[in-house]
Formats: sequence, structure tokens, C-alpha cells
Amino acid sequence: MSADVEKYLIDQENKELLRFITCGSVDDGKSTLIGRLLYESQLIFDDQLSELKSTSKKVGTQGDEIDFALLVDGLSAEMEQGITIDVAYRFFSTDKRKFIVADTPGHEQYTRNMATGASTADVAILLVDARTGLLPQTCRHSFIVNMLGVKNICLAINKMDLVDYSQQVYDQILNEYLEFSADLNFKRIVSIPISALKGDNIISISNNTDWYSGESLIQYLENVNFNIDDEPQPFALPVQWVNRFSHDFRGFCGLVSEGSISEGDEVIVKPSNKRSEIKKILVSDKYSSNCSIGESVTIELADEIDVSRGDIICHKDSSCDSVQQFQGKLLWMDDEKMVPGRPYIFRFGVDESSGSVSRLRHRININTFADEACNDLELNEIGIANIALDKKIIMEPYTKSKTLGSFIIIDKMTNNTVGMGLVNFALRRDDNVYWHKMDINRNSRSESKNQKSVVLWFTGLSGSGKSTIANILEKKLYNLGKHTMLLDGDNVRHGLNKDLGFTDVDRVENIRRIANVSKLMLDAGLITLVSFIAPFRSERDLAKDLMGNDILEVFIDVPIEIAELRDPKGLYKKARSGLLKNFTGIDSAYEKPENPDIHIKSDKVSAEEAAEIIIKKLLQDSVI
Amino acid sequence: MSQTHLDLLEAESIHIIREVMATAENPAMLYSVGKDSAVMLHLAMKAFYPNKISFPLMHVDTTWKFKEMIQFRDKIVSDLDLDLIVHINEDGVKKGVGPFTHGSTIHTDVMKTQALKEALDKYSFDVVFGGARRDEEKSRAKERIFSFRTDKHQWDPKNQRPELWNIYNVKKHKGESIRVFPLSNWTELDVWQYIYKESIPIVPLYFSEKRPVVKRDGVFILVDDDRFPLDKGETPMLMDVRFRTLGCYPLTGAVESTAKTLLDIIQEMLISITSEREGRIIDFDNLESMEKKKQGGYF
Repeated sequence: MSADVEKYLIDQENKELLRFITCGSVDDGKSTLIGRLLYESQLIFDDQLSELKSTSKKVGTQGDEIDFALLVDGLSAEMEQGITIDVAYRFFSTDKRKFIVADTPGHEQYTRNMATGASTADVAILLVDARTGLLPQTCRHSFIVNMLGVKNICLAINKMDLVDYSQQVYDQILNEYLEFSADLNFKRIVSIPISALKGDNIISISNNTDWYSGESLIQYLENVNFNIDDEPQPFALPVQWVNRFSHDFRGFCGLVSEGSISEGDEVIVKPSNKRSEIKKILVSDKYSSNCSIGESVTIELADEIDVSRGDIICHKDSSCDSVQQFQGKLLWMDDEKMVPGRPYIFRFGVDESSGSVSRLRHRININTFADEACNDLELNEIGIANIALDKKIIMEPYTKSKTLGSFIIIDKMTNNTVGMGLVNFALRRDDNVYWHKMDINRNSRSESKNQKSVVLWFTGLSGSGKSTIANILEKKLYNLGKHTMLLDGDNVRHGLNKDLGFTDVDRVENIRRIANVSKLMLDAGLITLVSFIAPFRSERDLAKDLMGNDILEVFIDVPIEIAELRDPKGLYKKARSGLLKNFTGIDSAYEKPENPDIHIKSDKVSAEEAAEIIIKKLLQDSVI
Repeated sequence: MSQTHLDLLEAESIHIIREVMATAENPAMLYSVGKDSAVMLHLAMKAFYPNKISFPLMHVDTTWKFKEMIQFRDKIVSDLDLDLIVHINEDGVKKGVGPFTHGSTIHTDVMKTQALKEALDKYSFDVVFGGARRDEEKSRAKERIFSFRTDKHQWDPKNQRPELWNIYNVKKHKGESIRVFPLSNWTELDVWQYIYKESIPIVPLYFSEKRPVVKRDGVFILVDDDRFPLDKGETPMLMDVRFRTLGCYPLTGAVESTAKTLLDIIQEMLISITSEREGRIIDFDNLESMEKKKQGGYF
């Protein structure tokens, strides 16, 4: 008996692992299909089955029959709403393979979850309701699955029982789909007529579809060749972590992302381009003469060269390269829209950098696949953009390497994952613009003026008293013999930023220009006073990023009621009457600074007193 | 030959553990002494090889765990020369909180959930490994591998970060923490198979033996010490039983079994008719009990 178990275990041990994603519209029957697969592969235990039967009667939609969808609908919110609202991972196995299923929602607003599921999938099962045929969502999902590089598509035409198992209906949907998907990069499309509810063509071939000569769904999943991916790429190991055991052991750990390598082979470390040889290879914790893609390894090199997290150990033929500007495809996943110029963190596999979209080229309408002009990306929108990072990162186009060509986008304030992206190709422009090194630098310029150069960034509502206070402060500094410059929002908008309006995109560009002008003033050795509403925290962060420790944020704080009462330029009145759009505090948000360096409540102190407070701080910081 | 599913699962888990090593400030591993913890610990040792594990294990001891679990824990820690933190909710002990006197819900909340939060606050761990798997229970099927918690240790199912490819978002503000589940994609069978393949030591309670039990609410409970309130004139029955999950002994049902070896256990599992969690009494509360406990900070 235990010999049988042993044999079974050995068989099981040698199974392959296939990851697939199921997608389709809300009522196409995804959950029912997965529930059916779990049920049929006998991974439903008796206690789960009895729970399922009782729950089916309580909240199920199938009368007294088992509602398979309940097996996979986990969170209470979706049980109530009857829709799946997040990606769920499910597991089952047959005698040949083991499967991880990403069950992803079909609702339009949850596109991001589908991309999540598709990012790790080898195969996509696309469900279509035979009664309705292709829907906009079917096309949208195909587009996303294609974008994420899934090559095998199984078109499961479901609910065949409700169209009398009609071959005509089936053929029509299939032909429509083939026509639609001709422009996508799928390598193989297989279609199967099924009924997830009744079990037709799920495990074995159904008598109801005698006109169908292909495989059942399970047979397809057991046999599909999912490694049809292109020719093998040269070896690449993104260094994840350096394991220092003793002074003579430095192991470079990571998951091999491409190709394979053997002991004694020559490798290059990027970005340093130093050469060495593979001395020893640990696959997990066992020494091995070679290693290949998908293995977690520790590599020792023959030479003592500097290697750290973010570097890549690769074969000399590897085309991965250190890049600071590139073009990529983005999918936005956050309620707050993506605005070019706003700083985000771009996190690649083992490295990250802050950076921003330097140019949003266009967005892609995923119903028509047409390029459309746009100024920003909203939740679930896909766009093509140029991205400028603050430092170089080693990458490859996504079509060459999923691992080296993929990244997530993280919001600097909330730390949430707000987007995902794929590298299209590197932009070389940055290589041609060198920083001109100057002999007379900022320090020498400010020292000659007997001061430290600094930017005082005044922020606050219109009417808070920013300009008044900045004016008084500048006079005081002038009287102290200091060299100053005052940049005022209104004045700059008459000249340098004349072309900009008040949309979110223009506001970001406005601040970007001001920040860069201030940086030049800073380099000139000046105490620079910048007075702008600067309503968005992320834009002020952009300025801080640029200036480092040389910027002091001065928050002129006043309750909006008082600012509105003052209304020195009559703008609040205009905004209230609707004559002025996007006015900060009225119909556009003002995000208060969280930790301003100087916080002045201008309803509590006079402008004169406020200027004194700032002078004191400058003396304290030995700026003057 | 191409990698088998166990090879791939192992490689993925090691990658996850190393990612934490490279990015966390103060990580720890929640060690529950059960089979999943055993596998997780084994994978961590591989991730560090030839070094030894550099972070501490943390065991939240409710003071009602099986005696054999504690013995096994201490032996493993000394055999492998590991750093172990045992945390007990002393306030709960003072108040005499236990499953017999306070019921499973209060006991679990005070001695397990609250104790865990207390320990996390005390040691300020920013990343904590846990041995949970997605196949265990419906609400866990949607759990992230890197699962974000607020500074109050809350889990918000509506506000989990999307997880793409194997790029993990490890960013957090001060006070916030991340629970990391390296075994997310393992199934119960994978775990047993791996224990067999790698000869990983597990608590003897998983194997059948004659043990003193009494029946409570239709479940056999081990009389593990003299705190067990026997009814008048009641004597425990000596039965061949084993445990499929381990926890607090008064809350963990034994199953009748003669499985004395790993192969016996696996065979039994393959033809078993009840799923793993049935032995866990806390799950029976209601339909979405696990989801609610998670929102409250239970692992």
C-alpha cells in the first residue's frame, strides 16, 4: 500500500505547473467554470461540499442545484453583489499537471485586476456567452492579455446548452473572434464549446456537441505547450541580495530571469561592465554545475568585483542595458489620475528610481485600439509615454524579457501601487546631454555674498498673505545686505508661463518650470523667495526633490473663510459666481503641507511679525 | 528535465524570502510550530545557505498549546541554533483567560490576536513572515503575497495593493507593516509532498498514537494536562488519533487514525473526506469568520 503512495508521490512530484487566467464579462460564467474544475478534479472535500450545498440554497442563483460559483467567491462584499471584485487564486491538479488559476473580474472598472492576473499567466481562457457573442469586454480583455504577453488563448464558448449546442452559433463567434484578434500577437488560439453549468466538454467530450472534434477543456490544459516562447535569451541574473557568509564568501542571490549558465562561463556585470567567471552555483542550497531560468540561485564569481542589489550578472551577449529615459506602455490603476511631470517611484524587479512621465504621447482606446490624444491617464486607461528616471536602471524591452521589461508605479505619498508598465524601448537622448561642469560653483557664489543660498517656498491659499509677507521679508533681507530674488506666481504667469492655464496638467508644468528656475537662482547663490499657491503636495515634492536640503517650505496658513473675506483680487467672488474655473479652495483642492519647515498662521500674526519669524529661522539655520 | 511544480514553488518562496531580506529593516518569522511553519523555516534556511537565518522566529504562545509542540519548538530552535522570541499576553494570563473559562472566541482574541499585535508593537517588526496558504480557505484565495497592514495592524480587503509579476511593493510609512506569505501558492498536498521529499522534521502530533481523548461537541479533544475540566466520573479514552492541524489543544480536534508514517498520512489525506480546517474549531463561527478575523488583525 505505501509503495503505491510512494509511486503516486513520485508521479506527482514530476508534474508541471501551469498558470492560467480566466476572463470574460460579468455573466459569462467564470466562477461557475472554476468551481466546476475544482469539483470535477475532486478537490472539493465532503465538508466543503455540504457547506456549499447549504450556502447554494441560501444565496445561490441555481435554485436547488449546486451553485459552483460560490466555491470561488470569497469576500463577503462580492457575495452580496454577486460579482467578483478582486483576483482570487485557485489550485487544482490532474494526473498530468498542477494548475494555478487567477480568477479575475469582468467588470469594466476592474480592468486592473485582470492585468494583475495576466501578469503571471501562461495561458488565458477567454469566456464568451454563446447567447451574446463577443462583447466589448471580450475585446478589452484580449487586448490586456495580449499586452501582458500571454501567447496561448483558449476561447471557451460557454452556455452552449442555452443555444441548443448550435454549431452555427459557435462557428460565428469563433470566426468573429479570429477576425478581431488577427492584429494581436497570440501564437495559438484554440476554441472549445462548453457548458460550465452542465459540464459539457469540461472533462470529457460531450455527446451534445458531436460536431466538435477537438479536446475537452481539461485535455487542452493538460496538453497545451506553454513554453512556445521564442528562442532562449542569453543568461541574465538580476542581483536581488548579496549573501556575505565570511570574508571570502560573497554570494549573489536572485531568480534567474533569462537563459542558463554553467560553472566556468564568462559573465559581465552591468552596469559596471566588469568581466568575471562563474566560480560556483548554488541552486537553492545545492551546489550545481549550471542553472537556468526560473531558479533561485546564489552565484560566486571568480574575481572580487563590486556587485550589489540592482546589478545584473549576464552573458556577454545579453542586450540588457542601463537606461534613464525610455518609452513604455502604462496601465493606470488608481483613482487619482496620472499627470505627466508628477514624480512617482518606478519599481523594477530588483531596482527602483523616482521619475516621472516626461511626455504622454497618447492613450489607447481599448475598444477601437485607436490612439487618442490625452493630457493624463485615468483609472484603467492605457497610454504610451516617455519616462524619465532620476537614475539609470538596467532593463530590456518587455517583448524580450518579461522580468527586465516590467515595472510597477508607486505613489510617493500613499505608497500605493498606482500603475504598471512595460518597457517598449530605451530613449538615448540622456546620453547626449552632459552636465557642464563649472569651476565657479554655487558655494563660491553664495560665499562671496556672505550667505547660504536657499529657496523659501511660500505656499498657501490665494489671499493668505504670501506675497505681502514675501515682500516684507525681501526688504528686510535687502536691508541686511543679502542678495535675494522674489519669484511671484502672478508675475511669472505673465511671462515665462504665459502659455499655461489652470488645468491640472498645466499646473504641474507651471510648478516644474518654477522649480527649475528656482534651482538656477539657487545655483546663482541667491536667497530665493518663491510665492505660489502650489496646491498639490506632489508638485511641491517635485520642487523638494530638485532642491534637496536647500528648500524651506513656508506654509502661510489661513482658514478659507478669512481668505475669501480678504479677497484682495476679487478672485473668490469670480470663482463663486462660476466665472473662474479650477480655483484653488473653491472647485480645486488645496493639499496642506504635512511638515512645513515654517508654519505661519496669518490670521493670528501680522505680515510684519511673520517676516520676523522667518528671519529668525534663517538666522537659526545660519543661512544669513 | 524542466522544473517540476515543487521546484518552481521552492524557487518562488526563496525569491520572496530574499526580497524581504534585501528590503526590510526589522523582519521576523511568525513560527507556529505546525507543518506549514516547518516548511517555511526550511525554505528560509535554503534562502540563507550557507549562512544561517539572520532574523528571529517569533512564537505567540497562548499557554494552551500542546505540550509536544513546545518541546518540538525548543528542540528545533536549539538543533538549528535559531533566535526565538516567545511572546505571551501576560495581561491575559493574569486575568486567567483560557478556552475553557472564556470560550474560543475570547480566548483566541486575547491570547492570539491581541498577543500578536502586542508583540509586533513591542519589537517593531516591519515585515513578518507567515505560513498561510491561499488554498486554505476562501477569503485567503485573494490574499496578497505581500499583504499590507495599517499601523493598527488592520487588513483592509478593499485597499490591497495590486501584485503584478513578481515585483513586490515593499513601501510603507513608519508604524505600518507588511505580512509576507512565502507559501501563498502552495497547496496542502504540496506541503506534505515537500516534507516527504526533503525529510523535514514535524511535530509527532501529526502521527497517530494512543492518546487520551474525550468527546466534546462531537469532536475528540486531547486531555493534554490537568487543566482539562473532566466531567464527574469521566475518564479519557485511549484512542489511536492524530492531528491534521495544530493550535490550542482544547480547540483542536483529533481525528481517528492509524497513520504512523508520512506515507500513511499522505495516503490518508488523499482518500480523506474532510478538509484540513475542519479540525479548527474557530472556523465554525459563521460563513465569513476568517475574513472578519483578518480585518481585526488575526494572521
